[in-house]
Amino acid sequence: MRLDHLKILNAARAERRAIALVSDLTDGTDRLFTERDTVEGALGEALRAAFLSGKSAAVDADGRSLFINVHVPPPRIVVIGAVHISQSLAVMATLAGFDLTIIDPRTAFATPERFADVNLIAEWPSDALKDCPLDAFTALVAVTHDPKIDDMPLSEALKTGCFYVGALGSRKTHAKRLERLGAEGFSQGQLARISAPIGLDIGAATPAEIAVAILAEIIQSLRRRALDRSTAA
Amino acid sequence: MDELARTDPLTVAERWKGEGRPVAIATVIETWGSAPRPVGSHLVVDAEGNFHGSVSGGCVEGAVITEALDIIGSGSPRILEFGVADETAWRVGLSCGGRIRVFVERLD
Repeated sequence: MRLDHLKILNAARAERRAIALVSDLTDGTDRLFTERDTVEGALGEALRAAFLSGKSAAVDADGRSLFINVHVPPPRIVVIGAVHISQSLAVMATLAGFDLTIIDPRTAFATPERFADVNLIAEWPSDALKDCPLDAFTALVAVTHDPKIDDMPLSEALKTGCFYVGALGSRKTHAKRLERLGAEGFSQGQLARISAPIGLDIGAATPAEIAVAILAEIIQSLRRRALDRSTAA
Repeated sequence: MDELARTDPLTVAERWKGEGRPVAIATVIETWGSAPRPVGSHLVVDAEGNFHGSVSGGCVEGAVITEALDIIGSGSPRILEFGVADETAWRVGLSCGGRIRVFVERLD
């Protein structure tokens, strides 16, 4: 392995960017690829599969015996709102392998008693996100439907290219939200990335069922994400 | 130094190399059956046999380190193959029966 490649690889891992090192098992040479590199043929196919699944694999391509070691950051979910839905989502998301953080400045909601064993930050999102910045491997779920709390993190999620951006609220609430964010300068295309009504349409009726719908939609967005899309808005 | 910097094999490899120590990197490239460490796992070794990380549950690390010392000298990468059935696995009623392939190369 080349030392300069190892340095780039370690820097990407530290900054939570996806990267793959492809080693030629015969001569020991290696190459680096990111999600946005366009690669043709069998290697391209295998790289896409590796980035989407997060699984490393040996592959034969162009008559060479290769090994793709893919490094995809562990996916995170940041929930804005320590509400009833968040209580169920925290448990389910952890089971599904996500790191989850809940942010809510309303200390009546954000209590350790309601959220045992959950990474809970009882601060305004503008303060909390300084220590826990959003990125392309983070899903942002805004469920307070209070513009004072939800708008700033939603806007931040669009700017940082979160792989999933969802917001709770009625169609009317969402229409007003789009007006406010549109006034901040986001394009129609960028605003269309906000999933609202939040979650897959499975007819969810209870807070726990809504949590299932949200988590399923997050997983769909992670595993089916378009790799060539620019991650920054 | 935080925990990741202290124990993450690839971070350790970069640091060792930066200190002028010769380094070999072993990577699990294929597994069959129930193998203890997933594909992509690393073990890094220096010329004195110091190591970090793992490619199995401790079953084959000794053999990989011996080969790695060789490869640090020669610079030619090599693929090693191991069966990972051991008596401990049998004793608890699990025939591990897995096999792994490990790619060992020098960091240059």
